[in-house]
Amino acid sequence: MPPTRPLPPSRLLLERMLLIRAYEEKIIAFHEAGPFPHVCTSVGQEAAAAGVVSALGPQDQILTNHRSAGHLLARGADPGRMLAEVMGRITGYCKGKSGTLHISARELGVILTSTIVGGELSLATGAALSREMLGGDGIVACFFGDGAACEGIFHESLNLASVWNLPVLYVCENNQWQAFVHRKETMLGDHIAPRAAAYGIEAVTVDGNDVEAVFEAATAAVAKVRSTRRPFLLEATTYRQRGHMEPHDQSYVDPAEIAAWRAKDPIDRQKARLLDRGDLTPDDLAGMEARARTALDDAAAFASASPFPDPAELTTDVYA
Amino acid sequence: MPLLTVNEAIGQAIAEEMRRDSRVLIFGEGTATKHPELVAEFGAARVRNTPLAEGIIAGTAAGAAATGLRPIVDLLFAPFLCFAMDELVNSAGKLRYMSGGQFSFPMVALAMTGGGWTVGAQHNHNLEAWFVHSPGLKVVMPSTPADFKGLMQAAIRDENPVLFFVDLALAFVPGEVPEGEAFVPLGQAAVRREGSDVTLVSYAKTVHTCLQAAETLAEEGVSAEVLDLRTLKPLDTAAILRSVWKTGRLVVVHEASAPCGVGAEVAALVAAEAFAALKAPVVRITGPDAPAPSSYPLEQAFIPQADAITAAARRLVAVDLPVSAPGSAG
Repeated sequence: MPPTRPLPPSRLLLERMLLIRAYEEKIIAFHEAGPFPHVCTSVGQEAAAAGVVSALGPQDQILTNHRSAGHLLARGADPGRMLAEVMGRITGYCKGKSGTLHISARELGVILTSTIVGGELSLATGAALSREMLGGDGIVACFFGDGAACEGIFHESLNLASVWNLPVLYVCENNQWQAFVHRKETMLGDHIAPRAAAYGIEAVTVDGNDVEAVFEAATAAVAKVRSTRRPFLLEATTYRQRGHMEPHDQSYVDPAEIAAWRAKDPIDRQKARLLDRGDLTPDDLAGMEARARTALDDAAAFASASPFPDPAELTTDVYA
Repeated sequence: MPLLTVNEAIGQAIAEEMRRDSRVLIFGEGTATKHPELVAEFGAARVRNTPLAEGIIAGTAAGAAATGLRPIVDLLFAPFLCFAMDELVNSAGKLRYMSGGQFSFPMVALAMTGGGWTVGAQHNHNLEAWFVHSPGLKVVMPSTPADFKGLMQAAIRDENPVLFFVDLALAFVPGEVPEGEAFVPLGQAAVRREGSDVTLVSYAKTVHTCLQAAETLAEEGVSAEVLDLRTLKPLDTAAILRSVWKTGRLVVVHEASAPCGVGAEVAALVAAEAFAALKAPVVRITGPDAPAPSSYPLEQAFIPQADAITAAARRLVAVDLPVSAPGSAG
């Protein structure tokens, strides 16, 4: 939810990350309690989502992927309507027709959550073309992972955006895992950013688990895309702390790798930083965490109490 | 009315729609190069060349359509659509539904197909039925210059993604085309020739083959009705049923292969909705289950010919099917 009172950015960023984590933990809790729809959570990647989305303006649009809860929540999405969508309820953002994998929210400028890996990259150029041709200074932020960067459409998208001067901020959340395969098995080199140079696109790599660093890099990148009307690639190096999807399974991951990345958890880092700087008291923090949990308890209650779509909805919205 | 070729009729429709609506734009491989007149009138921003990359061409169209533009994309030859299937089928076709109706995708994807130019199977593949099978898409495949113009106008103004197939053999065929407004609604078939003994249902170039066959049949005293589907989705089921209830005999003709094709759909429709009208079995005359060959005689053998249609119609008219035991018919 949008904050009701102005917060210093570093606290706002923490608050948004806490909300995202609380949302994902609620999903996990549902799974632990019994059968629940599959969900791809973004635990561990909250800084990339909160840092970049917080740098966007209201006129900007977002295309994202199957690990999209962070982008939506950072944009101000209602966690109740998101959970309702996951649970297939009529009160969800897409009337229960998308489920978790495809939530779009026109009112928030979130055009698409693509579960076809790379689908967001194929539509981003068109959304940016609209921004260019219909006027205004809006830009398009396109979130994808290191897996999508191995799809052919990644290259087609960057090439066209560069040749046509389209205002796309490409945000690669390099979370090290491509579904059930570590990126080391599927690509040479550790990063996606160097690929941008081949298309004449500027790129920056940032520590994706440091929310302030992400916010700072994203703010600069957004300003650059907005003023130059050229694409830019921001790579946030981060880590998917859980399995590809819930119910969770990480039996194929080296426990030492998980432990090393958990030690760099973006939320723990931001909490410690704010407490160290004296920007936050333990009481403030406890209050923030309690608010996030309450928001998700309310959201879960709303979603659980929401009705399923009427069967007549089956064939509506197919054609305009 | 002026005489225009199919290509000219399409070009006229596009120019007129771009004049009417500043949100309409066109891009594709060589589009600007091949249409300097459109670039001169509408500017380089609305008439664009693209890289040879069908996926991003179609994806860009879908993204632009979802956010306020009305793109037309020229994907050249139908087999190239295979590189754009995700964008056309998974994005343009599904995202309106998947978003609960939040977005619409007013776009047109143009592609050429069909035998006659000996271009071979990677430029010629009548795959229109694939898109009929994909929810959210509309599919158009006209047969006359006037319909190419009128259906292009309708496709551009439609709020849904429309696959617009151009039968290669028709591209330079001239015909009368209305100046200005020539709108032909999507989803309406046209009776090209009235008849009472047998219905010939077709679309694209084989409509003309059916008309040729009907002429021959008339000389033999067989009255054939020729129905041009024009739009394959939505299918004008009422027009098909109306004709079959009248004639009681049906031949479906298309160049695409038979399995799960438009002819199968038409036959199933008639079996379900007009079974009692049928006096003879339904016949499909189609291209073979083979890639389209390049060699001219082979390509001609691939395309349904008039004598096959007349032969089928003669057989059907000769059949007298009172309800009787199997094996006694004919």
